[in-house]
Amino acid sequence: MRLASVDAAARAAGLRPGMPLADARAQLGELVVVSHDPVSDHDWLDRLAQGCARYTPLVALDAPDGLILDIAGAAHLFGGEAGLVADVESRFARLGITLRHAFGPTADAARALARYQARPAPDEASAIRRLPVAALELDAEATTAFVRAGLKTIGDLASRPMANLAARFGADAAMALRRILGDAPSPLDPRVAPPPVAAERRFAEPLGSSAHAVRILAELVGEAARILAERGKGGRHFRATFFRSDGLARSIAIETGLPTRDTGLVMRLFAERMDGLADPLDPGFGFDMIRLTVPRLETFGASQLGLEGGAVKDAAIDELADRLATRLGRRRVRRLRPADTHIPEQAQLELPAIDTPPPLPWQAGEPGEPPTRPFHLFDPPQPIEVIAEVPDGPPQRFRWHRVLHAIRRYEGPERIAPEWWRRRDNGGLTRDYYRVEDAQGRRFWLFRHGLYDEKPDPCWYIHGLFA
Amino acid sequence: MRESSHPLAGLRQRIARIAASSGFESRPAAGWLASGHAPFDDALGGGLATGRVHEFFAADALDATSAAAFAALLALRSPGRAPLIWLRTADAARRAGHIYAPGIAELGGDPDRLLLVEAADPKALLACASDAVRCTGSAAVIVESWGRFPLLDLTAGRRLALGASDAGTTLLMLRLNAAPAPSVAETRWSVTAAASHALDADAPGAPAFNLELLRWRGGAAGARWRLDWNHDEQSFGQGVGDAALSGALLPLPARRALAAHRAEAA
Repeated sequence: MRLASVDAAARAAGLRPGMPLADARAQLGELVVVSHDPVSDHDWLDRLAQGCARYTPLVALDAPDGLILDIAGAAHLFGGEAGLVADVESRFARLGITLRHAFGPTADAARALARYQARPAPDEASAIRRLPVAALELDAEATTAFVRAGLKTIGDLASRPMANLAARFGADAAMALRRILGDAPSPLDPRVAPPPVAAERRFAEPLGSSAHAVRILAELVGEAARILAERGKGGRHFRATFFRSDGLARSIAIETGLPTRDTGLVMRLFAERMDGLADPLDPGFGFDMIRLTVPRLETFGASQLGLEGGAVKDAAIDELADRLATRLGRRRVRRLRPADTHIPEQAQLELPAIDTPPPLPWQAGEPGEPPTRPFHLFDPPQPIEVIAEVPDGPPQRFRWHRVLHAIRRYEGPERIAPEWWRRRDNGGLTRDYYRVEDAQGRRFWLFRHGLYDEKPDPCWYIHGLFA
Repeated sequence: MRESSHPLAGLRQRIARIAASSGFESRPAAGWLASGHAPFDDALGGGLATGRVHEFFAADALDATSAAAFAALLALRSPGRAPLIWLRTADAARRAGHIYAPGIAELGGDPDRLLLVEAADPKALLACASDAVRCTGSAAVIVESWGRFPLLDLTAGRRLALGASDAGTTLLMLRLNAAPAPSVAETRWSVTAAASHALDADAPGAPAFNLELLRWRGGAAGARWRLDWNHDEQSFGQGVGDAALSGALLPLPARRALAAHRAEAA
């Protein structure tokens, strides 16, 4: 095990990332070690990035430990660059985070300055030229080669012809240099695309009560609804973000099955979601900003009510589905869709009602024939003990849940072969299905998993119950 | 004496007024869920009244599928594309099995009309049920529960019945693996599987149900029927050849099969 990262005190004691843990412990007896969890680190960075959405909508993650904010046209809202930095630093200090920052004309330049700047410089351009060549983040061999050649800074490299650099170290090196110098564009990959419709409210004094915050949210939904109505759109997905004054943000999202701009409906869904939260919306030291975004829009024209009231009824059902999905979770309210396979347990898909594709035709029953598929299906099938003729006779009686059922009638077998074209191991075992009826008139769907030449002693299962 | 009789009379008047305005049982039903089997529908005055609560008990867990299928087919044979809202708890799929759309389609029902709602526990189930019955436009609402359901007491039942009556929603309560208990339901049924009429080669035939009317607000209880589902006509009918056997516990073909079996054994 090696050290992934060390804090300032450990660094002062001579520990470095990459050092074996045993060596580090030998050097520093009182070392406190926490196991490295990159996924949680990334989540934390993501939450910080979410909190930084208060400064600008364009926030990019620079994993594992950096954030890039595009503050063009946004810095003056916080009293210029210095004011913005002061605000960021005070919020991050409250979370116990030390940070380095830099401004740059391009994302790559800012990034290089924040990570590699060692010497002070009078202005931005000369600061970039004084960066060490390591700021290009080429491989160790290339960096060493630069240093051996006496090219220690970006400025040294920039004064040479670019063609020579590309010829010796590859096009990537030349490109990295041009990006840092600002000759080539360094596009930002923002964490979330700016939402198409947004409304927000900032408060001079943090808002201490959740109930008040919900009232403000209702006003924001009303604003968003007006924007949506002007554009002839409806929202499918609404997200409210509550920014706390200590820098954290909490997002609450709802979805609807059909586009809507009905403030009452959206607020009912938000209320439903907030009632169901495991940890309620906590204002902490107060919310200082609330933002509502509508990330998913769909065309939604003016609606006309049907003369027979048909449209109104459908709307009531859709609203019920949305409300229940918001309360219980989107996967808990489902519709059924067919899937093109013979394997019974895969032949139906249970999809969230909020996001169901249009219906596909189902296989209808043969006229005059009883159904060949059960009404209730067990997934996974339940094992049973069966007395049947060997090798492929029908079952005579079976025991399920400690009850013995004598079979009076049967039909079968219906042989369902495995899907050999999908699975690498030739698909598994063949199943022989029997439709059986016991003395009380109950109808079961049993199958033998495997033929006798596939498996020495195939097991029997009950897969479903017929009406 | 005179002073006290005046408020008493006033109270009596109030009670009479309340009883007249909110007596949901007194209102005539708006329509019926008909089975398509004439004697059954005639005996109930047209079928199961809409806007009311009907309970289907499967006392034995093995009859759960029969009760569920009977309620679903009754609701799905109503014309139109109105959805059938089916509420069950999260453990229902493990106990009774998943609702299997290919099977429903082969019975002639339209699985696209199903809206399945899975509540985490009986409490959430009841809360969702009260929302669902207040929503107009559904063909019916099926609430499926397993075993005893202590939360569904008379108050909760009456609340559901009032909601159903106000919105005109038919609420079908599926009480699987449960013994019949008093409630405010319009009708209460016990559903068990019936032996089917054998097809060629002694194959099990069309779905068959034994129904017993345990309680009916509008008339006498105790009647029994045997209904067979005919998926070509989309209706319940009487099985072929046992028109006289309505109410019999064991239909003729099964007896015949039993006799044949005994003869073989002998």
